[in-house]
Amino acid sequence: MSSVGVRPCGDRALMLELADNAAAVRVAARLREERPDLVDVVPGHRSVLVTWAGARAPTGLDELAGEAVADTRVPEGREVELAVTYDGPDLDEVAGLTGLSPEEVVARHRAAEYVAGFLGFAPGFAYLFGLDERLVVPRRSEPRTRVPGGTVAIAGPYSGVYPRESPGGWRLVGRTDAVLFDAGRDRPALLVAGDRVRFR
Amino acid sequence: MIEVVDPGPLATVQDHGRPGLAHLGVSGSGAADRRALDRGNSLVGNAAGAAALECTLAGPRLRFLAPAVVALTGVEERGPFEAKAGDQLDIGSYARGVRLYVCVRGGIDVEPVLGSRSADLMSGIGPPPVRAGDVLRIGNQTGAPAEPEPYGIPAEPRLRVSPGPRADWFVAGALGALAASQWRVRPDSNRVGIRLDGPPLRWAREGELESEGVVAGALQVPPSGLPILLGADHPTTGGYPVLAVVAADDLWLAGQLRPGDIVRFAARDFSC
Repeated sequence: MSSVGVRPCGDRALMLELADNAAAVRVAARLREERPDLVDVVPGHRSVLVTWAGARAPTGLDELAGEAVADTRVPEGREVELAVTYDGPDLDEVAGLTGLSPEEVVARHRAAEYVAGFLGFAPGFAYLFGLDERLVVPRRSEPRTRVPGGTVAIAGPYSGVYPRESPGGWRLVGRTDAVLFDAGRDRPALLVAGDRVRFR
Repeated sequence: MIEVVDPGPLATVQDHGRPGLAHLGVSGSGAADRRALDRGNSLVGNAAGAAALECTLAGPRLRFLAPAVVALTGVEERGPFEAKAGDQLDIGSYARGVRLYVCVRGGIDVEPVLGSRSADLMSGIGPPPVRAGDVLRIGNQTGAPAEPEPYGIPAEPRLRVSPGPRADWFVAGALGALAASQWRVRPDSNRVGIRLDGPPLRWAREGELESEGVVAGALQVPPSGLPILLGADHPTTGGYPVLAVVAADDLWLAGQLRPGDIVRFAARDFSC
Protein backbone atom coordinates (compact mmCIF):
# COMPACT_ATOMS: atom_id res chain seq x y z
CA MET A 1 0.00 0.00 0.00
CA SER A 2 1.46 3.32 -1.01
CA SER A 3 0.64 6.63 0.61
CA VAL A 4 1.84 8.46 -2.48
CA GLY A 5 -0.42 9.05 -5.46
CA VAL A 6 1.01 9.97 -8.85
CA ARG A 7 -0.88 12.13 -11.33
CA PRO A 8 0.12 13.18 -14.85
CA CYS A 9 1.07 16.77 -15.58
CA GLY A 10 2.26 16.96 -19.18
CA ASP A 11 5.54 15.61 -20.53
CA ARG A 12 7.94 17.49 -18.24
CA ALA A 13 6.23 17.21 -14.86
CA LEU A 14 4.21 15.01 -12.57
CA MET A 15 2.21 15.54 -9.42
CA LEU A 16 2.71 13.51 -6.27
CA GLU A 17 -0.31 13.42 -3.96
CA LEU A 18 0.26 13.07 -0.24
CA ALA A 19 -1.93 12.58 2.80
CA ASP A 20 -1.23 15.94 4.37
CA ASN A 21 0.95 19.03 4.14
CA ALA A 22 3.56 17.72 6.57
CA ALA A 23 4.13 14.77 4.23
CA ALA A 24 4.32 17.12 1.24
CA VAL A 25 6.95 19.25 2.99
CA ARG A 26 9.01 16.15 3.89
CA VAL A 27 8.78 14.69 0.42
CA ALA A 28 9.73 18.00 -1.22
CA ALA A 29 12.75 18.42 1.05
CA ARG A 30 13.93 14.88 0.35
CA LEU A 31 13.49 15.14 -3.42
CA ARG A 32 15.31 18.47 -3.54
CA GLU A 33 18.19 17.00 -1.55
CA GLU A 34 18.58 13.73 -3.38
CA ARG A 35 17.42 14.39 -6.92
CA PRO A 36 19.54 17.04 -8.61
CA ASP A 37 18.12 15.80 -11.92
CA LEU A 38 14.86 17.60 -11.10
CA VAL A 39 14.34 21.25 -12.03
CA ASP A 40 11.52 22.29 -9.72
CA VAL A 41 10.15 20.60 -6.62
CA VAL A 42 7.06 22.53 -5.54
CA PRO A 43 5.09 21.57 -2.46
CA GLY A 44 1.38 22.44 -2.44
CA HIS A 45 -1.29 22.01 0.20
CA ARG A 46 -1.18 18.21 -0.06
CA SER A 47 0.96 17.62 -3.13
CA VAL A 48 4.40 17.98 -4.62
CA LEU A 49 4.84 19.03 -8.25
CA VAL A 50 8.14 17.97 -9.81
CA THR A 51 9.49 19.11 -13.16
CA TRP A 52 12.46 18.08 -15.25
CA ALA A 53 14.24 19.17 -18.41
CA GLY A 54 14.53 16.95 -21.46
CA ALA A 55 12.34 14.25 -22.88
CA ARG A 56 13.37 11.47 -20.49
CA ALA A 57 11.15 11.28 -17.41
CA PRO A 58 12.95 10.55 -14.14
CA THR A 59 12.17 7.28 -12.41
CA GLY A 60 11.93 6.23 -8.80
CA LEU A 61 10.30 9.40 -7.54
CA ASP A 62 7.30 7.69 -5.96
CA GLU A 63 9.54 5.18 -4.15
CA LEU A 64 11.72 7.96 -2.76
CA ALA A 65 8.59 9.92 -1.82
CA GLY A 66 7.24 6.83 -0.04
CA GLU A 67 10.45 6.59 1.99
CA ALA A 68 10.22 10.26 2.90
CA VAL A 69 6.62 9.83 4.03
CA ALA A 70 7.61 6.94 6.30
CA ASP A 71 10.55 8.89 7.74
CA THR A 72 9.06 10.30 10.93
CA ARG A 73 12.10 12.29 12.04
CA VAL A 74 11.05 15.84 12.76
CA PRO A 75 12.19 18.02 9.86
CA GLU A 76 14.53 20.86 10.66
CA GLY A 77 12.46 23.88 9.80
CA ARG A 78 13.82 27.15 11.06
CA GLU A 79 12.01 29.13 13.72
CA VAL A 80 11.07 32.62 12.63
CA GLU A 81 9.46 35.32 14.75
CA LEU A 82 7.69 38.21 13.09
CA ALA A 83 6.86 41.37 15.04
CA VAL A 84 3.33 42.44 14.13
CA THR A 85 1.30 45.58 14.71
CA TYR A 86 -2.31 44.46 14.84
CA ASP A 87 -4.13 47.38 13.27
CA GLY A 88 -5.49 45.76 10.11
CA PRO A 89 -8.57 47.28 8.45
CA ASP A 90 -10.48 43.97 8.59
CA LEU A 91 -10.13 43.23 12.33
CA ASP A 92 -13.67 44.38 13.08
CA GLU A 93 -15.06 42.41 10.15
CA VAL A 94 -13.25 39.26 11.28
CA ALA A 95 -14.58 39.86 14.79
CA GLY A 96 -18.10 40.14 13.36
CA LEU A 97 -17.72 36.97 11.30
CA THR A 98 -16.31 34.93 14.16
CA GLY A 99 -18.35 36.31 17.06
CA LEU A 100 -15.13 37.23 18.85
CA SER A 101 -14.03 40.65 19.99
CA PRO A 102 -11.26 42.29 17.92
CA GLU A 103 -8.96 41.87 20.95
CA GLU A 104 -9.72 38.17 21.04
CA VAL A 105 -9.06 37.85 17.31
CA VAL A 106 -5.64 39.39 17.86
CA ALA A 107 -4.92 37.24 20.91
CA ARG A 108 -5.82 34.04 19.06
CA HIS A 109 -3.88 35.00 15.95
CA ARG A 110 -0.82 35.79 18.04
CA ALA A 111 -1.06 32.69 20.23
CA ALA A 112 -0.95 30.14 17.43
CA GLU A 113 2.19 28.41 16.22
CA TYR A 114 2.32 28.30 12.44
CA VAL A 115 4.16 26.19 9.90
CA ALA A 116 4.91 27.44 6.38
CA GLY A 117 3.18 24.78 4.28
CA PHE A 118 4.04 25.99 0.80
CA LEU A 119 4.76 29.16 -1.14
CA GLY A 120 2.85 30.63 -4.05
CA PHE A 121 0.82 33.63 -5.24
CA ALA A 122 3.94 35.83 -5.18
CA PRO A 123 7.66 35.38 -4.48
CA GLY A 124 8.06 34.82 -0.75
CA PHE A 125 4.34 34.41 0.01
CA ALA A 126 4.09 31.47 2.44
CA TYR A 127 0.77 29.80 3.22
CA LEU A 128 0.95 29.41 6.99
CA PHE A 129 -0.84 26.44 8.55
CA GLY A 130 -1.92 26.40 12.20
CA LEU A 131 -4.50 29.19 12.26
CA ASP A 132 -6.85 29.03 15.27
CA GLU A 133 -10.01 27.27 14.08
CA ARG A 134 -12.18 30.10 15.35
CA LEU A 135 -10.41 32.45 12.92
CA VAL A 136 -11.28 30.52 9.76
CA VAL A 137 -13.14 33.03 7.61
CA PRO A 138 -13.74 33.13 3.84
CA ARG A 139 -11.84 35.45 1.54
CA ARG A 140 -13.43 38.76 0.70
CA SER A 141 -15.93 38.48 -2.13
CA GLU A 142 -14.26 41.50 -3.80
CA PRO A 143 -10.45 41.34 -3.62
CA ARG A 144 -8.68 44.62 -2.91
CA THR A 145 -6.69 45.99 -5.83
CA ARG A 146 -3.87 47.12 -3.51
CA VAL A 147 -2.63 45.45 -0.37
CA PRO A 148 0.60 46.95 1.02
CA GLY A 149 3.71 44.81 1.39
CA GLY A 150 4.15 43.48 4.95
CA THR A 151 0.40 43.11 5.54
CA VAL A 152 -0.51 40.16 7.77
CA ALA A 153 -3.72 38.49 6.64
CA ILE A 154 -5.96 35.45 7.06
CA ALA A 155 -8.27 33.50 4.76
CA GLY A 156 -9.69 30.00 5.03
CA PRO A 157 -7.34 27.80 7.05
CA TYR A 158 -4.30 29.99 6.37
CA SER A 159 -2.50 33.04 7.58
CA GLY A 160 0.10 34.81 5.46
CA VAL A 161 2.09 37.97 4.90
CA TYR A 162 1.96 39.87 1.60
CA PRO A 163 5.61 40.26 0.53
CA ARG A 164 5.02 43.34 -1.60
CA GLU A 165 2.17 45.52 -2.73
CA SER A 166 -0.26 43.46 -4.78
CA PRO A 167 -3.95 42.80 -5.24
CA GLY A 168 -5.35 40.55 -2.51
CA GLY A 169 -8.57 39.03 -1.24
CA TRP A 170 -7.53 37.98 2.26
CA ARG A 171 -8.69 39.67 5.47
CA LEU A 172 -6.09 42.10 6.71
CA VAL A 173 -5.35 41.94 10.44
CA GLY A 174 -1.93 43.57 10.90
CA ARG A 175 1.44 44.47 9.46
CA THR A 176 5.09 43.65 9.92
CA ASP A 177 8.32 45.37 8.93
CA ALA A 178 9.95 42.03 8.12
CA VAL A 179 11.14 41.76 4.50
CA LEU A 180 9.54 38.56 3.23
CA PHE A 181 11.39 38.49 -0.10
CA ASP A 182 14.60 40.08 -1.29
CA ALA A 183 16.13 38.74 -4.50
CA GLY A 184 19.53 40.07 -3.40
CA ARG A 185 19.74 37.97 -0.22
CA ASP A 186 21.39 34.58 0.11
CA ARG A 187 17.98 33.29 1.17
CA PRO A 188 15.62 35.37 -0.97
CA ALA A 189 12.49 34.06 0.78
CA LEU A 190 12.37 34.72 4.54
CA LEU A 191 9.98 31.78 4.96
CA VAL A 192 10.29 28.46 3.17
CA ALA A 193 8.13 25.35 3.45
CA GLY A 194 8.68 23.67 6.83
CA ASP A 195 9.67 26.82 8.72
CA ARG A 196 7.88 27.44 12.02
CA VAL A 197 6.51 30.91 12.45
CA ARG A 198 5.24 32.94 15.41
CA PHE A 199 3.72 36.40 15.39
CA ARG A 200 4.78 38.68 18.24
CA MET B 1 24.54 50.37 -27.24
CA ILE B 2 21.02 50.56 -28.61
CA GLU B 3 18.63 53.43 -28.06
CA VAL B 4 14.97 52.56 -27.76
CA VAL B 5 13.11 55.14 -29.83
CA ASP B 6 9.73 53.41 -29.39
CA PRO B 7 9.34 50.03 -27.69
CA GLY B 8 5.87 49.37 -29.14
CA PRO B 9 3.03 48.16 -26.87
CA LEU B 10 5.32 46.01 -24.69
CA ALA B 11 9.00 45.16 -24.93
CA THR B 12 10.90 43.25 -22.24
CA VAL B 13 14.34 41.72 -21.91
CA GLN B 14 14.08 37.92 -21.86
CA ASP B 15 16.43 34.96 -21.62
CA HIS B 16 15.83 31.41 -20.37
CA GLY B 17 14.31 32.65 -17.12
CA ARG B 18 14.55 31.35 -13.56
CA PRO B 19 13.88 27.62 -13.48
CA GLY B 20 14.24 25.88 -10.13
CA LEU B 21 12.87 28.59 -7.85
CA ALA B 22 9.14 27.81 -8.02
CA HIS B 23 9.18 26.57 -4.40
CA LEU B 24 10.01 30.16 -3.39
CA GLY B 25 7.08 31.50 -5.39
CA VAL B 26 9.35 32.64 -8.25
CA SER B 27 8.01 31.87 -11.75
CA GLY B 28 10.12 30.34 -14.48
CA SER B 29 9.58 33.44 -16.65
CA GLY B 30 11.86 33.72 -19.71
CA ALA B 31 11.06 34.13 -23.41
CA ALA B 32 7.42 33.35 -24.20
CA ASP B 33 8.61 31.85 -27.50
CA ARG B 34 11.76 30.03 -26.47
CA ARG B 35 12.24 28.57 -29.91
CA ALA B 36 12.44 31.99 -31.56
CA LEU B 37 14.86 33.23 -28.90
CA ASP B 38 17.08 30.19 -29.34
CA ARG B 39 17.08 30.55 -33.12
CA GLY B 40 17.99 34.21 -32.90
CA ASN B 41 20.84 33.53 -30.53
CA SER B 42 22.14 30.82 -32.84
CA LEU B 43 22.00 33.19 -35.82
CA VAL B 44 24.08 35.90 -34.13
CA GLY B 45 26.53 33.46 -32.55
CA ASN B 46 25.41 33.59 -28.93
CA ALA B 47 25.19 30.73 -26.52
CA ALA B 48 21.61 29.54 -25.94
CA GLY B 49 19.89 31.65 -23.35
CA ALA B 50 21.57 34.99 -24.05
CA ALA B 51 19.19 37.86 -23.34
CA ALA B 52 17.22 39.46 -26.18
CA LEU B 53 14.46 42.01 -26.57
CA GLU B 54 11.00 40.44 -26.71
CA CYS B 55 8.57 42.79 -28.47
CA THR B 56 4.80 42.36 -28.43
CA LEU B 57 2.18 43.06 -31.14
CA ALA B 58 4.17 45.80 -32.92
CA GLY B 59 7.53 47.55 -33.03
CA PRO B 60 10.13 48.34 -31.93
CA ARG B 61 11.94 51.37 -33.30
CA LEU B 62 15.58 51.21 -32.34
CA ARG B 63 18.68 53.29 -33.09
CA PHE B 64 22.04 51.59 -32.93
CA LEU B 65 24.59 53.80 -31.18
CA ALA B 66 27.43 51.37 -31.92
CA PRO B 67 27.92 48.59 -34.45
CA ALA B 68 26.10 45.35 -33.65
CA VAL B 69 25.37 41.97 -35.19
CA VAL B 70 21.61 41.56 -35.15
CA ALA B 71 19.00 38.95 -35.99
CA LEU B 72 15.23 39.23 -35.82
CA THR B 73 13.20 36.09 -35.13
CA GLY B 74 9.66 35.17 -34.21
CA VAL B 75 6.98 37.00 -36.19
CA GLU B 76 9.56 38.10 -38.72
CA GLU B 77 12.99 36.83 -39.61
CA ARG B 78 15.90 38.99 -40.72
CA GLY B 79 19.61 38.54 -40.57
CA PRO B 80 22.00 38.05 -39.15
CA PHE B 81 23.08 41.49 -40.37
CA GLU B 82 25.54 44.12 -39.26
CA ALA B 83 24.05 47.32 -37.99
CA LYS B 84 26.28 50.39 -38.12
CA ALA B 85 26.26 53.18 -35.59
CA GLY B 86 23.37 55.47 -36.48
CA ASP B 87 21.34 52.77 -38.23
CA GLN B 88 17.66 52.63 -37.36
CA LEU B 89 15.46 49.59 -37.15
CA ASP B 90 11.77 50.32 -37.59
CA ILE B 91 9.30 47.47 -37.30
CA GLY B 92 5.58 48.07 -37.72
CA SER B 93 2.74 45.79 -36.75
CA TYR B 94 2.98 42.03 -37.21
CA ALA B 95 1.11 40.02 -39.82
CA ARG B 96 1.02 36.73 -37.91
CA GLY B 97 1.99 35.87 -34.36
CA VAL B 98 2.54 38.25 -31.52
CA ARG B 99 6.22 38.30 -30.51
CA LEU B 100 9.37 39.50 -32.23
CA TYR B 101 12.84 38.87 -30.82
CA VAL B 102 15.67 41.28 -31.41
CA CYS B 103 18.83 39.29 -30.77
CA VAL B 104 22.26 40.93 -30.79
CA ARG B 105 25.66 39.29 -30.63
CA GLY B 106 26.70 39.45 -26.97
CA GLY B 107 23.12 39.67 -25.72
CA ILE B 108 21.33 42.54 -24.01
CA ASP B 109 23.19 43.43 -20.85
CA VAL B 110 21.04 44.16 -17.83
CA GLU B 111 21.78 43.18 -14.24
CA PRO B 112 20.80 39.53 -13.68
CA VAL B 113 18.39 38.88 -10.81
CA LEU B 114 18.33 35.37 -9.37
CA GLY B 115 20.42 34.17 -12.27
CA SER B 116 18.37 35.66 -15.11
CA ARG B 117 17.93 38.92 -17.01
CA SER B 118 14.26 38.18 -17.71
CA ALA B 119 11.48 40.59 -16.78
CA ASP B 120 8.88 38.69 -14.77
CA LEU B 121 5.78 40.82 -15.16
CA MET B 122 3.76 38.85 -12.62
CA SER B 123 6.11 39.29 -9.69
CA GLY B 124 8.10 42.34 -10.73
CA ILE B 125 11.44 40.51 -10.60
CA GLY B 126 14.04 41.51 -13.17
CA PRO B 127 14.21 44.64 -15.31
CA PRO B 128 11.03 46.65 -15.90
CA PRO B 129 9.58 46.78 -19.43
CA VAL B 130 11.73 48.82 -21.79
CA ARG B 131 10.66 52.46 -22.29
CA ALA B 132 11.24 55.02 -25.01
CA GLY B 133 14.59 56.70 -24.42
CA ASP B 134 16.17 53.69 -22.68
CA VAL B 135 19.65 52.79 -23.83
CA LEU B 136 20.35 49.06 -23.87
CA ARG B 137 23.92 47.91 -23.40
CA ILE B 138 25.27 45.00 -25.37
CA GLY B 139 26.91 42.31 -23.27
CA ASN B 140 29.37 39.53 -23.90
CA GLN B 141 27.05 36.54 -23.57
CA THR B 142 28.67 34.86 -26.56
CA GLY B 143 29.61 31.22 -26.58
CA ALA B 144 29.28 28.13 -28.66
CA PRO B 145 26.04 28.70 -30.58
CA ALA B 146 23.74 25.78 -31.29
CA GLU B 147 22.79 24.92 -34.87
CA PRO B 148 19.70 27.03 -35.67
CA GLU B 149 16.47 25.03 -35.61
CA PRO B 150 13.92 25.61 -38.36
CA TYR B 151 11.11 27.96 -37.45
CA GLY B 152 7.70 28.95 -38.73
CA ILE B 153 4.42 30.03 -37.21
CA PRO B 154 1.59 27.96 -38.70
CA ALA B 155 -1.54 29.69 -39.99
CA GLU B 156 -3.75 27.34 -37.96
CA PRO B 157 -2.08 26.77 -34.61
CA ARG B 158 -2.69 23.41 -33.01
CA LEU B 159 -1.17 22.53 -29.65
CA ARG B 160 -0.72 18.96 -28.52
CA VAL B 161 -2.03 18.30 -25.01
CA SER B 162 -2.01 15.42 -22.56
CA PRO B 163 -4.21 15.01 -19.47
CA GLY B 164 -3.49 17.23 -16.49
CA PRO B 165 -3.47 16.28 -12.82
CA ARG B 166 -7.15 17.16 -12.24
CA ALA B 167 -8.82 15.82 -15.37
CA ASP B 168 -11.09 13.91 -12.97
CA TRP B 169 -12.59 17.21 -11.75
CA PHE B 170 -14.40 17.56 -15.05
CA VAL B 171 -17.45 15.98 -16.58
CA ALA B 172 -16.79 12.94 -18.73
CA GLY B 173 -15.69 13.92 -22.19
CA ALA B 174 -14.18 17.26 -21.16
CA LEU B 175 -10.79 16.35 -22.64
CA GLY B 176 -12.50 15.34 -25.84
CA ALA B 177 -14.44 18.60 -25.89
CA LEU B 178 -11.22 20.53 -25.38
CA ALA B 179 -9.74 18.83 -28.44
CA ALA B 180 -12.89 19.03 -30.57
CA SER B 181 -13.55 22.75 -30.07
CA GLN B 182 -12.15 25.92 -31.54
CA TRP B 183 -10.82 28.36 -28.98
CA ARG B 184 -10.50 32.06 -29.52
CA VAL B 185 -7.66 33.96 -27.82
CA ARG B 186 -9.07 36.76 -25.69
CA PRO B 187 -7.59 40.28 -25.68
CA ASP B 188 -6.79 40.13 -21.94
CA SER B 189 -4.10 37.51 -22.62
CA ASN B 190 -0.52 38.23 -21.61
CA ARG B 191 2.74 36.65 -20.40
CA VAL B 192 0.96 35.35 -17.29
CA GLY B 193 -1.79 33.48 -19.12
CA ILE B 194 -3.66 33.15 -22.38
CA ARG B 195 -7.40 33.39 -21.83
CA LEU B 196 -9.57 31.39 -24.19
CA ASP B 197 -13.18 31.68 -25.28
CA GLY B 198 -15.14 28.65 -26.39
CA PRO B 199 -17.71 26.15 -25.12
CA PRO B 200 -17.29 26.05 -21.30
CA LEU B 201 -15.60 22.96 -19.84
CA ARG B 202 -17.77 21.92 -16.92
CA TRP B 203 -16.59 20.74 -13.54
CA ALA B 204 -18.10 17.49 -12.31
CA ARG B 205 -17.87 18.56 -8.68
CA GLU B 206 -18.31 21.49 -6.39
CA GLY B 207 -15.92 23.04 -3.97
CA GLU B 208 -12.40 24.34 -4.05
CA LEU B 209 -9.23 22.59 -5.04
CA GLU B 210 -6.41 22.88 -2.52
CA SER B 211 -3.59 24.94 -3.98
CA GLU B 212 -0.97 22.98 -5.86
CA GLY B 213 2.00 23.62 -8.11
CA VAL B 214 1.30 24.44 -11.74
CA VAL B 215 3.47 24.49 -14.88
CA ALA B 216 3.66 26.76 -17.90
CA GLY B 217 1.39 25.19 -20.52
CA ALA B 218 -1.20 24.05 -17.98
CA LEU B 219 -4.82 24.58 -19.02
CA GLN B 220 -6.34 25.75 -15.79
CA VAL B 221 -10.12 25.95 -15.72
CA PRO B 222 -11.89 28.32 -13.30
CA PRO B 223 -15.60 27.80 -12.49
CA SER B 224 -16.55 29.78 -15.63
CA GLY B 225 -15.36 26.78 -17.63
CA LEU B 226 -13.18 28.96 -19.87
CA PRO B 227 -9.59 27.71 -19.78
CA ILE B 228 -6.50 29.80 -19.09
CA LEU B 229 -3.29 28.55 -20.69
CA LEU B 230 -0.57 29.46 -18.21
CA GLY B 231 2.35 31.38 -19.67
CA ALA B 232 5.95 32.02 -18.68
CA ASP B 233 5.11 34.42 -15.82
CA HIS B 234 2.38 32.26 -14.28
CA PRO B 235 1.92 32.08 -10.49
CA THR B 236 3.75 29.04 -9.14
CA THR B 237 0.70 27.53 -7.43
CA GLY B 238 -2.95 27.62 -8.36
CA GLY B 239 -6.31 26.66 -6.94
CA TYR B 240 -8.19 25.85 -10.14
CA PRO B 241 -8.11 22.35 -11.58
CA VAL B 242 -5.75 21.71 -14.51
CA LEU B 243 -7.56 19.70 -17.19
CA ALA B 244 -4.67 19.27 -19.62
CA VAL B 245 -1.09 20.35 -20.24
CA VAL B 246 0.42 21.51 -23.54
CA ALA B 247 3.38 19.46 -24.80
CA ALA B 248 6.70 21.08 -23.94
CA ASP B 249 7.73 21.10 -27.61
CA ASP B 250 4.61 23.14 -28.52
CA LEU B 251 4.87 25.73 -25.76
CA TRP B 252 6.75 28.18 -28.01
CA LEU B 253 3.74 28.37 -30.31
CA ALA B 254 1.48 29.30 -27.40
CA GLY B 255 3.83 32.27 -27.04
CA GLN B 256 2.82 33.41 -30.53
CA LEU B 257 -0.96 33.24 -30.05
CA ARG B 258 -2.49 36.57 -30.79
CA PRO B 259 -5.75 38.02 -29.46
CA GLY B 260 -8.50 36.97 -31.86
CA ASP B 261 -6.57 33.90 -33.11
CA ILE B 262 -8.30 30.55 -33.25
CA VAL B 263 -6.33 27.77 -31.58
CA ARG B 264 -7.05 24.06 -31.44
CA PHE B 265 -5.78 21.36 -29.13
CA ALA B 266 -4.78 17.88 -30.23
CA ALA B 267 -5.11 14.99 -27.82
CA ARG B 268 -1.89 13.06 -27.31
CA ASP B 269 -2.66 10.39 -24.81
CA PHE B 270 -5.95 10.04 -23.05
CA SER B 271 -5.37 6.55 -21.75
CA CYS B 272 -4.52 7.56 -18.17
